[in-house]
Amino acid sequence: MYKLLLCWRYLRTRYIALLCIVSVTLGVATMIVVNSVMAGFTHEMQGRLNGMLGDLIVRTRSLDGALDADAHMAKIRETVGDVVVGMSPTVHVPSLLYMTVGGESLPRQVTLIGIDEASYASVSQFGEFLQHPENRKQLSFNLRDEGYDVLDHQVPAEEAKPREVMRDAGWKYRSYKAMLAKQRAADEKRLRELREADAGSKADASATPATMDPFAAAAAASGEQEGRDFDPATEQHTGIVLGIGICGFRTPDGVDHYLGLPGDDVKVAFPLAVMPPEIVGQEYTVVDFYESKMSEYDANFAFVPLKALQKDRGMIDPKTGVGKFTTIQIKLKPGADADAIRDRLQEAFPQQLYQVSTWRDEQGALLAAVQMETAVLNVLLFMIIAVAGFGILAIFFMIVVEKTRDIGILKSLGASGWGILGIFLAYGLSLGIVGAGVGTIGGIIFVKNINEVADFLGWLTGQPVFDPSVYYFYKIPTIIEPVTVICIASGAMGIAILSSIIPAIRAASLHPVRALRFE
Amino acid sequence: MSRQPLQSTSASPGWITPRRAADAPLASPRSNGVLTLADHAARSRQELELTPVLEEVSIQLACRELFKSYRKGNIGIPVLQGISLFVERGEFLAIVGQSGSGKSTLMHLLATLDQPDAGEIRFDHHRIDNIPSAARDMLRNRHFGMVFQFYHLLPEMTALENVLAPAMIAGGVLGYLRNRAAYRRRAYELLEMVGIGHRAKHKPRELSGGEMQRAAVARALMLKPKLLFADEPTGNLDRASGESIMRMLAELNDREKLTIVMVTHDPWIAGQADRTVKLVEGRIAQG
Repeated sequence: MYKLLLCWRYLRTRYIALLCIVSVTLGVATMIVVNSVMAGFTHEMQGRLNGMLGDLIVRTRSLDGALDADAHMAKIRETVGDVVVGMSPTVHVPSLLYMTVGGESLPRQVTLIGIDEASYASVSQFGEFLQHPENRKQLSFNLRDEGYDVLDHQVPAEEAKPREVMRDAGWKYRSYKAMLAKQRAADEKRLRELREADAGSKADASATPATMDPFAAAAAASGEQEGRDFDPATEQHTGIVLGIGICGFRTPDGVDHYLGLPGDDVKVAFPLAVMPPEIVGQEYTVVDFYESKMSEYDANFAFVPLKALQKDRGMIDPKTGVGKFTTIQIKLKPGADADAIRDRLQEAFPQQLYQVSTWRDEQGALLAAVQMETAVLNVLLFMIIAVAGFGILAIFFMIVVEKTRDIGILKSLGASGWGILGIFLAYGLSLGIVGAGVGTIGGIIFVKNINEVADFLGWLTGQPVFDPSVYYFYKIPTIIEPVTVICIASGAMGIAILSSIIPAIRAASLHPVRALRFE
Repeated sequence: MSRQPLQSTSASPGWITPRRAADAPLASPRSNGVLTLADHAARSRQELELTPVLEEVSIQLACRELFKSYRKGNIGIPVLQGISLFVERGEFLAIVGQSGSGKSTLMHLLATLDQPDAGEIRFDHHRIDNIPSAARDMLRNRHFGMVFQFYHLLPEMTALENVLAPAMIAGGVLGYLRNRAAYRRRAYELLEMVGIGHRAKHKPRELSGGEMQRAAVARALMLKPKLLFADEPTGNLDRASGESIMRMLAELNDREKLTIVMVTHDPWIAGQADRTVKLVEGRIAQG
């Protein structure tokens, strides 16, 4: 009892000891903040990574793909059918995307992905990243009239910066652009006629040889109606869903700008699945944007219907009509051990032809980097707490010296060495509890208000601490994991106890008479 | 230094010398140099045969042939050089001597705060100088009360808590909490008895020297000890306070038959005791 009472009294009267645990407090608070932010980033990233990719990916090593997705899916179902929730075949092909901006054609490198509208939703949350509410319900590669999101639906409405141009997107925009194009064409035609009339006597217009229009030929080849012009005001090419980063960019003030909108046409050039290699160009109409907030994906992926891409790349067996695929995305039941299933599948498919990987394998480097950062920061911060431990050690030695006579008194009253040891260990523990407790509470409060703090710091320094254009998040994501918090707090308490052991042993082994005579 | 052989005495405590004959053969000051341990052993065996066995019941604390020296580098400074004495039940014994005569060291040995180099100490006929430290802690806690010259109250605790300290040490958390009410009642009674009931909630630094010593006496009495050690209890007090403390001790001895062993250098204070033993240079002086 005297241990608790004395420990409590020491705690209340020795402010210097409280001072030395400030570093424990700061260390604990910082560790909680770092871990929460890192966990938040990891979670957001994993969510987005996993959202775009299936849990498991069976990929053909050949870019030209393999025939018959249905047969492969049947085999997968046979091998690991019990944990498979959904599967969807896709075709991935590196390609060049030409966007017309202000009359200039801008080529961009993208990965063109052919997806099956019906089944792709069962393997990824791709649909949730789209900008049109109807597309989020069921993806369609047909251009919508209007109604694209002006406010980012993935962030709270009060925080999203409105994207006013998206209000115009859709058929209205397409018709308007077609009308402008038509007018311009008519103007140019008239101008040419005037010029020709000017120079009419010099050369005969009909003498110019009629060159073949390659796009007209392509249109004819793709089965567009013959005998009449493609009317961009009322018709569209095959739909394409572009990553928002491909045709948009964000300025540091958080406002988005667009090079094109749903309703615009783009041209995509990709290799045919034939030997010798051959590049073809194909026109698509942008029907929607997706925004996974992973800039790596948003600036790289463009989605088109699987059937159309198979046809355009010559991936359909002309005899049987069976298409080729390059990957099969698999969605697993929640909680399934992806690594074990990957290994089972890899055994079922020949390794030289197929590669099976989990989405974690796909993004291993990125996730490992984040984990590495977290680990290094944790080690450094824990060292800070350990340094604080030495502070406690020093202060405790001082307190033991100061309390030498009291220790003698207690021993003369019959307190045992263990009892004295207990006082100082309990004192160390209570300092640890106070330090870690205040640190935990402080850290959690900081994490809860981290965005306000970042805003304030940004306002104070004039430089944004958290630049949304870099991270594609509007806010700093945080997750407080109770296990982590408990580990950090108990680690700090452990250090406080450890550093009080040596002074406590010294106190316990003091000779009562010498302690009593101590001046 | 080995302990004195005690085979002959362990069977019976008959070596304790009777009161009136005590000082003559055992504690005679020797001017012809320091006695060796062997000499002491031989002499005590001899005395064993000579001295009659005393009624054991009346002896509460006794020590025989206590040696103690402190080390300063390589030189051992002898402090006690063969002290033998006893305390009867209900006796008020004063140990007097100049400073440096070893009286405080003797008291520390008797109170088991320190251990002798040689010799033995018995309390209620049980040896207490060589028992394990846990048993000595228990003894100090339950059976001995101690009052010091510099009060030695714990500065972080109030007077009441200081008085309660032995009870807190004795019982552990649960044991204390179970009897908390009774303990507090007793502590209040003791504080009333020593006349500082109104200062129970004060910290030691808010008390005068006399009041602190009264609190120390109350603390010593907390667990109803059988023996009270007082080390210069008035040494730091003015005459009036010292006298009132002495009156209190005498009263305790008188009314409650509490055995008191007091160390002092003041002959007047020593005069309040039933009996006085004088220490000169680590030996008991005659007279």
